[in-house]
Amino acid sequence: MNKNQDYISDIAAIRVMMERTSKFLSLSGWAGVMAGLYALVGAYLAYQLAGFVPPKTLLTVVDPTETGFLFSVAIAIAVLLFSILTAAYLSQRRAERKGESIRNSSSKQMLRYMSTPLVAGGLLTIILLLQGLAAFAAPLTLLFYGLSLFNASHFTFSELRYLGFLLIILGLSSVLAPRLGLLFWAIGFGLLHIVYGVYIHMKYQR
Amino acid sequence: MIMLGIGFHKAFENRTRLGIMSALSVNEKLDFNALKEYLKVTDGNLASHLKALEKEDFIRFEKQFVERKPNTAYYITQAGKDAFATHVRALEQLIQAQRSV
Repeated sequence: MNKNQDYISDIAAIRVMMERTSKFLSLSGWAGVMAGLYALVGAYLAYQLAGFVPPKTLLTVVDPTETGFLFSVAIAIAVLLFSILTAAYLSQRRAERKGESIRNSSSKQMLRYMSTPLVAGGLLTIILLLQGLAAFAAPLTLLFYGLSLFNASHFTFSELRYLGFLLIILGLSSVLAPRLGLLFWAIGFGLLHIVYGVYIHMKYQR
Repeated sequence: MIMLGIGFHKAFENRTRLGIMSALSVNEKLDFNALKEYLKVTDGNLASHLKALEKEDFIRFEKQFVERKPNTAYYITQAGKDAFATHVRALEQLIQAQRSV
């Protein structure tokens, strides 16, 4: 009987090692919640204070030097930076508590697969923004971020795949409603992040 | 009952070796330091277990330079994959058999 317990703990050790070395599970649920809050605050600021004007159609060209436009872009960049810093900080803390590092082989894999669609989409968005095609910003950022999460989900919580899917769907739908771009953006980057973060926290990290 | 012993490999009796095989079976490759961090063992300990698995042709390594520092990447071989899969199956069967007694 004692021998049998050894076999069971062998199998358990194998499973744990496979998961630990192939998935980055220190990704903090709170980081998702915080990123969502930043996005909601950002969307609110853009709408209320920065003088964000929703583009009438997808092909409406705005003046890229106009202040409302520049402010909105600056807010989006700030949201992105704060979200990345918060995620890095909170994940570092989680990893440290488990005696691990956030710079391990699975986190590097995750970032590599995540960053490729993200950088491609980011560059495309910047190119279009420089030409004043502001209505493309919300759909493209949602779509490419969704793709990058879908990719990243292979190397972390598999639930990230569903968040990726939802963002892709939101991105595609927002092409049909260019006036509602900011709303779609707030739902995708704000609300969905918060729901996902709370779910991961409750399920794995309490 | 005697039949159930088939498939076990002596090389996998040790927990560290089992850990190395588990980690390499789900990763294309892992370097020495990554393995050391995951397994939480000393350099010397890890090196001797890696050597033992290498001798069985279950893993192979490639020396490379990463940012001008020497680095050894370890890969699982086909023979290693087969032996490990057989070992895991044998473990599972034994547990099943014990449960159904």
